[in-house]
Amino acid sequence: MRRIISILLLVIIAFGISLSLAKIPFGVPKTKVGRHYINEGVKETGATNIVTSVVVSYRGFDTLGEVTVLFIAAIGLGAVLTTGVKGEMRKVQPASLVLYTGCRLLFPLILVFGTYIFIHGHLTPGGGFQGGAIIASGFLLIYLGCRERRISRVASNLAESLGGLTFVVIGLLGLAFGGYFLLNFLPKGTANALLSAGIIPIIYIAIGFKVGSELAGIIDNLIEES
Amino acid sequence: MNFLDSYIYYIGAFGLILIGLYIILVKHNLIKVIVGLGILDTGVNLFLISVGYITKGTAPIFSRSGIDSEYMVDPVPQALVLTAIVIGVAVLALALSLAIRLYQHYGTLNLRKIREQKW
Repeated sequence: MRRIISILLLVIIAFGISLSLAKIPFGVPKTKVGRHYINEGVKETGATNIVTSVVVSYRGFDTLGEVTVLFIAAIGLGAVLTTGVKGEMRKVQPASLVLYTGCRLLFPLILVFGTYIFIHGHLTPGGGFQGGAIIASGFLLIYLGCRERRISRVASNLAESLGGLTFVVIGLLGLAFGGYFLLNFLPKGTANALLSAGIIPIIYIAIGFKVGSELAGIIDNLIEES
Repeated sequence: MNFLDSYIYYIGAFGLILIGLYIILVKHNLIKVIVGLGILDTGVNLFLISVGYITKGTAPIFSRSGIDSEYMVDPVPQALVLTAIVIGVAVLALALSLAIRLYQHYGTLNLRKIREQKW
């Protein structure tokens, strides 16, 4: 019965959606603002990766909100999973030699790769969110391979707080210098150089630290609990 | 054929969204509901990306000077999806942690049985 009602509901939803989607053509430019970002973005922000200039510069305030959502999700996960009662330590079976050696070998390389991704966020595909996710995957590998190791909670919290604080402070500096939040007050430099685009690389590095430490903290909480 | 060429991405994206909704509505196992949530999330992301696509489009990155900007895809949905993916992961982890707590409290993941039990 429940199944039939659900399928009926889905058919109605699909019908309504297809009626409205038939009006949207596929593969043609639709928004004027996207065209403006592509044509003027390099001139206005100095970042050659237009997606980055949209994320950090044009809609930087939006990104601050989304970083906050991520923060709240991580906090909520910690609050739900932390009982305060110290359970008995589970006996962990040590990882095999291949996994142990492989993770010790790969972990620094993964860290370097993630750092590369978020430092070059304004030039190449990538950025703070992607680099942070890559770094968190490196920490996951450490948890799989060296099972006795734990990342230090203090260092992780410090990186997370510093990342968030840098983002907000840079935004407020823009307010102080030019009159609106997240103003790009540093010199833009020449396009396609590493030191260009003003505040965009700094903010992306902050986001990289924040996302990396938050996702690593989520992994840490889930592994502690299971 | 022409219809499929122009709408196949929309159909795929909404297929994923409808599959996710169906799982959420019908299944009783909490883990399966969370998997359905993940599928729905993927469908929404795919739909946003395909709305911004331009025929023969390339990524909106001026990696060398003199690239033709005529065929660059819309950067706005890409920026939205970029953050939405990371947030989707965090929300999925939060839902899984709630599932862990529910299992510890009730001893089952079946939503129907959880509802029957006393609080």
